[in-house]
Amino acid sequence: MSKLRLATVWLDGCSGCHMSFLDLDERLLAVAEKADLVYSPLVDQKEFPAGVDIALVEGAVSSEDDLHKIQVVRARTRILVSLGDCAVTANVPSMRNKFPLQMSLDRAYKENVTLDPGTPTQGVPALLEKVRPIHEVVPVDVFIPGCPPSADTIFYAVSELLEGRSPDLSPRTRFGA
Amino acid sequence: MPDEPTTRKTILIDPVTRIEGHAKITLHLDAHGRVADAQLHVTQFRGFEKFCEGRPFTEMPSLMARICGICPVSHLIASAKACDALMAVRIPRAAEKLRRIFGLAQVLQSHALSFFHLSSPDFILGFDSDPARRHIFGVAAESPEIARNGIRLRQFGQQIIERLGGKRIHPAWVVPGGVSEPLSVANRDAILVALPEMLTIAQLTLEWFKGVTENFREEITSFGNFPTLFLGIVKDDGGLTFYDGKIRIVDAGGYVVATGLDPATYNDFLGEKVEPFTYLKSTYYKPKGYPEGIYRVGPLARLNIADRFGTRRADQEMAEFHEIQRTAVLSSFHYHHARLIEILYCVERMQQLLDDPEILSKHVRAIARPNSEEGVGVAEAPRGTLIHHYKIDDHGSMRWANMIIATGHNGLAMNRSILQVARHFVHAERLEEGMLNRVEAVIRAYDPCLSCSTHADGRLALAIQLVAPDGAVIDELRRK
Ligand code: SF4
Repeated sequence: MSKLRLATVWLDGCSGCHMSFLDLDERLLAVAEKADLVYSPLVDQKEFPAGVDIALVEGAVSSEDDLHKIQVVRARTRILVSLGDCAVTANVPSMRNKFPLQMSLDRAYKENVTLDPGTPTQGVPALLEKVRPIHEVVPVDVFIPGCPPSADTIFYAVSELLEGRSPDLSPRTRFGA
Repeated sequence: MPDEPTTRKTILIDPVTRIEGHAKITLHLDAHGRVADAQLHVTQFRGFEKFCEGRPFTEMPSLMARICGICPVSHLIASAKACDALMAVRIPRAAEKLRRIFGLAQVLQSHALSFFHLSSPDFILGFDSDPARRHIFGVAAESPEIARNGIRLRQFGQQIIERLGGKRIHPAWVVPGGVSEPLSVANRDAILVALPEMLTIAQLTLEWFKGVTENFREEITSFGNFPTLFLGIVKDDGGLTFYDGKIRIVDAGGYVVATGLDPATYNDFLGEKVEPFTYLKSTYYKPKGYPEGIYRVGPLARLNIADRFGTRRADQEMAEFHEIQRTAVLSSFHYHHARLIEILYCVERMQQLLDDPEILSKHVRAIARPNSEEGVGVAEAPRGTLIHHYKIDDHGSMRWANMIIATGHNGLAMNRSILQVARHFVHAERLEEGMLNRVEAVIRAYDPCLSCSTHADGRLALAIQLVAPDGAVIDELRRK
């Protein structure tokens, strides 16, 4: 049987969910025996490939690029997993939603600045006025709450998915876990 | 592809991979196909400085930790120290020592991640090796021992964080006034028992790396090898510290430019500049102005500014490190070497702190109301000096915040480094993947924490565009 194709993706998160994935430690090598990591910040693949079986997505949708990227991921992935509270609820990134975007930008790029105040615009993605969780943008197949979900939770979920079963996460994790 | 003088080409590396966070790089070529300019775009913007407003200051350590899942402990510590200042308290001695151990555990795990998981594929498999295999799993296939050691070291750091703080990522244990729980005897002993194994791994890795450094002469001469200032905090006696100290700045010759600067007055001597092409603000040393006030922070800077580590093995290694260059050690390639010495130091220093009986004291938290309307907290994060600066109202609600993160200090130097390495290695007529991997690798040497956002959108893999002066794309070459 050929190996399954696994991907991990960062949108607007703190990377803590990816760190929790790395906290699989030696179990990472066990996962690598069952699945190829075909796209991830940990590997040098530049473009999200076609035919991905499982994609673990960390973070909320905050910028034009997040928006485009999650659509590409959805189109090329069989099972899309919202990994962690930012993906599931928009969590911390969405805390800026209660202020107009320009006010947040002004604090960083006008008020707290010594030289050349002004919002960067060249070669950086435009930000969305409101940050949104993934399932508001594309359909999501599996939700794993937690900030971050523990390595044990991630290992359980990924193992079940690799075996073709759907994980039962409610006894294992919760929001803010 | 025809090369007309009226056109200029751009090479886009998107995304930069095997770094902590999201970035892309644009290389601008001149009419002869030589690299004329380079820009590192960081696409992170999250708004913490604004959205913390109106929230109780006591919430800040746990909230601000969510800036970064790789160095949440540094944000916890810098934030809690800013809160200590808001309450105007001196925290119990045991609490300070526990915070120190916590910080060292994180430096250890973060350095292990940077060296083994992200950068070692370039050293072990080669900068020009097959990109499809050039990752930690490729390392595991080629040199299983090195991969296992890296995983083990990182795991050890994370386990200490879990033993002290209750969980590995985003523990809530560091609080304004100290820490929330004392250390148990069982947990202390469990950490102590593992230290000798970690010391062995740290030393073996360092010996191995020093042995292969010879193979990377060309990278050493071109990976950000230029004079800058170096900045970090040191103890009163000039020794290295991650937790508390005064800011010292040395120049490229290794001479002290300024020392004993109070981090709370950072605004007097550090400027923040907006670059239009990145969400990362670049800092500079005000007395020298911009861009002459360029400086570097992090492991390389710490070894250049501090007089000593204060532990036996790390001090021996530091003496050897300074034999590389009589002035300050200037090539950013040596960040890796400095990082490995710091791992060794973390293990040695933890032993000292855990051997001290006071570490088990039950007095670990000072309780107070807010007593000052402004507070600054500083710490040395794995990748450099981290500053949190808060203002609150009479009720303890946040009014304003400013943070300077380590990666911002290195912003100017990273941009100059990618230009240097690209000029050295990139030839537009016969573009090879390995050339561009080296441009990314110099960024890896700085171990930037750009986490939190993305630009990568799956549309562009690696593209060379022929752009007319008006910006229109005339021709495009894509590589997958
Ligand atoms: S859920 Fe928590 S750990 Fe995961 S990205 Fe968001 S803030 Fe970070």
